[in-house]
Amino acid sequence: MSLTTPLTRNVRDDRRPTDMAAYEANGGYQGLRAALAQSPEDCLQVLKDSNLRGRGGAGFPTGMKWSFVPMGDKCSPGHKYLICNADEMEPGTFKDRLLLECDPHQLIEGMIVSAYTLQADVAYIFIRAEYHQATRLLQEAIAACHEKGYLGQDILGTGYQLEMHVHSSAGRYICGEETALISSLEGKRANPRAKPPFPQVSGLWGRPTIVNNVETLCNVHHIIERGAEWFKSLGLTEDAGTKLYGVSGRVKNPGCWELPMGTPVRQIIEEYAGGMEDGYNLKGFLPGGGSTDFLTEEHLDLAMDYDTIGKAGSRMGTGTMIILDDKTCPVGFVKNLVAFFARESCGFCTPCRDGLPWSAQVLDDIQNGRGQEEDMDTLARQVKFIGAIGNTHCALAPGAMEPLQSAMKYFPEAFENHLSGNCPHCNGGTH
Amino acid sequence: MSEANSMNLISALSQEELQAIDAEIAHVPYRDAVAIDALKIVQAHRGWVSDESLSAIAAHLHMSADELDGIATFYNLIYRRPVGDKVILLCNSISCWIKGCDNLQQRITEELGVELGETTSDNRYTLLPVTCLGACDKAPVMMVGDELHEDLCEESIIRILGGSTTP
Repeated sequence: MSLTTPLTRNVRDDRRPTDMAAYEANGGYQGLRAALAQSPEDCLQVLKDSNLRGRGGAGFPTGMKWSFVPMGDKCSPGHKYLICNADEMEPGTFKDRLLLECDPHQLIEGMIVSAYTLQADVAYIFIRAEYHQATRLLQEAIAACHEKGYLGQDILGTGYQLEMHVHSSAGRYICGEETALISSLEGKRANPRAKPPFPQVSGLWGRPTIVNNVETLCNVHHIIERGAEWFKSLGLTEDAGTKLYGVSGRVKNPGCWELPMGTPVRQIIEEYAGGMEDGYNLKGFLPGGGSTDFLTEEHLDLAMDYDTIGKAGSRMGTGTMIILDDKTCPVGFVKNLVAFFARESCGFCTPCRDGLPWSAQVLDDIQNGRGQEEDMDTLARQVKFIGAIGNTHCALAPGAMEPLQSAMKYFPEAFENHLSGNCPHCNGGTH
Repeated sequence: MSEANSMNLISALSQEELQAIDAEIAHVPYRDAVAIDALKIVQAHRGWVSDESLSAIAAHLHMSADELDGIATFYNLIYRRPVGDKVILLCNSISCWIKGCDNLQQRITEELGVELGETTSDNRYTLLPVTCLGACDKAPVMMVGDELHEDLCEESIIRILGGSTTP
């Protein structure tokens, strides 16, 4: 039987980590052998053909992203870097923790194959500081790889060399933005950088660099070993592969599952998450983390893939949904999110540094009975200017406006209720 | 800064700390690239980063103390003030908010007598908010020291914190 859940095949119910022996016994490091038997160019072609898209949230085609890295004679002498973004901090997102804690070798094998494809010689795993267990497991797994000859000077006798380091971060959501991550890895404040130049050409210390999410990299060696057609056959729609979907909020069985890409939203919420808790009804949901637009009941039958959710006016983002129930105030919900993004702004660009705290303040006024009708016009203007791509270096501020603008669109009565002092959910103005 | 002054400053760091920092320097192209690692190493030994430690790290990395402070104060998990024996990182992001983290924060404040950013008078705990901890299916959650506590309720919070405060 062909493998239908490649990413979680080693994930046990008790979430005990898979060690080298167990990983190899289940076919581990065969993808690495398959990759080393091919040229890097051939590996890249398979990846392009597979239609793998970045699982960190943007959904950019991975093969195309990698094709901008200078190869061979076109690359000036010096290091080339591969970085794994394991800085999972998007509100409502809890998928990479599963992969890191349950199957660290899968990520490392994916990274070695990716680095070989890119001919990178140094790899970093940039992991958030709070993931202590995952950090320790990755360090142990890297040591085990050196003993086996999967990492180091002459990998499996092919002459290819790669060193890998784990960098435990020191906090701040913005480090998950790829150019901010690079700044942080260089030991600086995590300010995002303007693009171009793109990291593929000038990234870490000015050298060609690829940054990819944990889940993206975990797919790579499976694709090289089993082929592009196998990967495409896993998805239910145009988008290929499987996806780790999650649901949190007032559902009976919150959790994270590997399912075919394009699984309908309703099936994820009702079948896997067990439907709403008794006494609660679904009012809306953020499809993929705190910086995606609300969708509502009318969107439940949509396929969860990049294009379908994009056409519905939101983004699939990280694929981990947050449910807004009918007993939670939408104004309080978006105030929590906007206040979060205001706190996490790096402070470099004015619309973000000054605009987000202003939005949070207006929402706080509305929530706490100090709101005026004209505050809605102020919010609409903020959504327009703070939400515009291009007014800031990175997507933090536009992302912060996504739940706000869609809450204003789908739940206008929630704002009206607060302005008239009649919110049925908020007791004395607080949640 | 004269070399003698610089050496004096660096002597504020232990041999163990310096060795750990130098091990990081070995695999990066510039000394100051390990600024964050160095701050974390010193904090792991001392609990926080004092002005004296900051100046010593800066001298060792050939950078100014002000530049290093600009980096240290950017990151929420580098502590430039003393913290308690254990730091409570209470998640207040959206999934935990839906499940009532505001009430839990209130309960912790009543139990320990500290608001966000404060340390208990017996120096056992410092209470801080933290970005989504990536355990939203088990919301609400918090970390106490290195340990994650899931599916919190008012009773379990008291058990977790009260249990640890018993001498």
